[in-house]
Amino acid sequence: MLPPVAGVLFDGFAYGMLLFLLSVGQSVTLGMMNFINLAHCAFAMLGGYVAVILVNTLGWPFFAVLPVAFFAAAAASVVVERVFYRRLYRATDLDQVLLTIGITFISVAVAAYLFTTAQQPIQLPSYLRQSIEVLGLRLAVYRLILIALALVTTGLLVAALEYTRFGAQVRAAVDNERMARGLGIDVDRTFAITFALGSGLAGLGGALAIEIVGLDPSFAFTYLVYVLIVVSVGGLGSIRGSFAAAAVLGISDIAGKYYVPSLGAFLIYLVMISLLMWRPTGLFGRR
Amino acid sequence: MALAENIRSPQLYLQSLSRWRPTEIAFWLATLLPFFVAANYLSLASQIAITALFALSLDLILGYAGVVSLGHAAFFGVGAYSAGLISKYGWGEPLTGLVMSGFIAGFVGYLTSFIIARFRHLARIMLTLGLGLLLAELANSAGWLTGGMDGLQGIHMWPLLSSFKFDLYGYTAYAYALAVLFLLFLGARRLIHSPFGLALRGIRENWTRMPAIGAESRSHIRTVYTIAAAMAGVSGALLAQTTETVSLDSLGFERSAEILVMLVLGGAGRLYGGLIGAIIFMVARDQFSGIQPQYWYFWIGVLLVVVVMFLPNGVLGGLSKLQARWSRR
Repeated sequence: MLPPVAGVLFDGFAYGMLLFLLSVGQSVTLGMMNFINLAHCAFAMLGGYVAVILVNTLGWPFFAVLPVAFFAAAAASVVVERVFYRRLYRATDLDQVLLTIGITFISVAVAAYLFTTAQQPIQLPSYLRQSIEVLGLRLAVYRLILIALALVTTGLLVAALEYTRFGAQVRAAVDNERMARGLGIDVDRTFAITFALGSGLAGLGGALAIEIVGLDPSFAFTYLVYVLIVVSVGGLGSIRGSFAAAAVLGISDIAGKYYVPSLGAFLIYLVMISLLMWRPTGLFGRR
Repeated sequence: MALAENIRSPQLYLQSLSRWRPTEIAFWLATLLPFFVAANYLSLASQIAITALFALSLDLILGYAGVVSLGHAAFFGVGAYSAGLISKYGWGEPLTGLVMSGFIAGFVGYLTSFIIARFRHLARIMLTLGLGLLLAELANSAGWLTGGMDGLQGIHMWPLLSSFKFDLYGYTAYAYALAVLFLLFLGARRLIHSPFGLALRGIRENWTRMPAIGAESRSHIRTVYTIAAAMAGVSGALLAQTTETVSLDSLGFERSAEILVMLVLGGAGRLYGGLIGAIIFMVARDQFSGIQPQYWYFWIGVLLVVVVMFLPNGVLGGLSKLQARWSRR
């Protein structure tokens, strides 16, 4: 018995949008500074735990929690950037990989200490748990809202990058960092703000992810792989690329799990390797 | 001194590098100590020797050729599963099984080296990660062959050299692992101090310039990647043979990350870095095994941050810096 194709596409797309929120910040910061930040999903996890505390213990409404998750992750990322990352912008790939893996290990251990290794469920209001029927297809309200949020975010991001002064500085820095510096753009400051924004989006993604994929301390590593796949396949610094890659990855992952469950995650790794070999700089990468 | 000889001829320079130092001889003599003073810890010592060999294999590609790999455990796992399967299906002779497993892992390494040598930077790191994950998934889903989540059961090893049985205390295991480690270490040492090893260091420093002076970057990377894969396979096979079991985590991402941590902790590109790192790491883990694993990861994380921020060349780098400061006085 196969689930209908449209349902798989819908679930896959919703999942892809979640991956997009988680990874878009990583893509832009990597493209700008070539800084390999493997701790990106630790910020997403932080957003997730903030949401769990606020909703479950303090009884906040779910939608009021989302901005808090965003700002908590953004604030934490500013601190980490100031203390650690700033010194390693010129360091080798290896040093960056090691430092950020170390930070991820620490965050995983701290999360396990504070919240145990159990899955944290989030108590959603009942209207978010329903589903509506459109053209004979049952669509979960939560997934619809997730897609809407991701699309709005994409729109805002693209608009901000295309039409604001700050966006122009970011694009210039991604295109050619040295040239941008030469033109008097404060790349370090631009980078710090972008980094905070990107981590904030990851925090938002982490809060939204709980209902779909659950939340436990291993989140920071499990989804790191997905984020890296989206980033490297989509191409560094490309919002369009991340969007396309996240959608393709989400749909192929869900489709793989529905139709050939015995293969597990094998399919997406295969897709990633072949795409990387075909286009090492990603689908929309320029360098 | 080394510099003056260096000017006279490159052969002399390489020879001066490959001369045995007293500390090295002392180190290898010290590896015999567990037989006499810590007989209760022999099985830990054999684990350390195996891990040290694995770290040494990573050092060849990372420390000398500059290839950052997040999936090196793939070859460890291939070696471990090959050794396990060879024994399970009727051939329990350790030495030939070890050689065969090394060849199988080396062959897998040879095949993937074509991919690895073509790319650089993030794409290459991602490809090593992806290939490692792919292999782990493959082993997980091929449960009929690998035993899946339950691990590979039914391995039985014949006595080593048909006279030494693998005992409970680990005498044979440690002697076997240490001998293999020492032999392969000699090989790696020879390799590093050969013109080929010098070319690798050149490629690490400048990928585009080395081909111009006659050392083709890609073919060098392919060769060393294959050698490192075979060596990792041998260490995996050693683990499978001495513990008579193979589990899925032998080729998981955690193992790749751990071995990277050990190598960097000891100091990459120093031949002894992986060995020292493995000793520190494994002994520390053994001492802390009372605490839960998730807190153990907290300390690994702290260690990584400290090493990157304050000890850029690992423990050995820090020591040699101290020594240099001392001798300048």
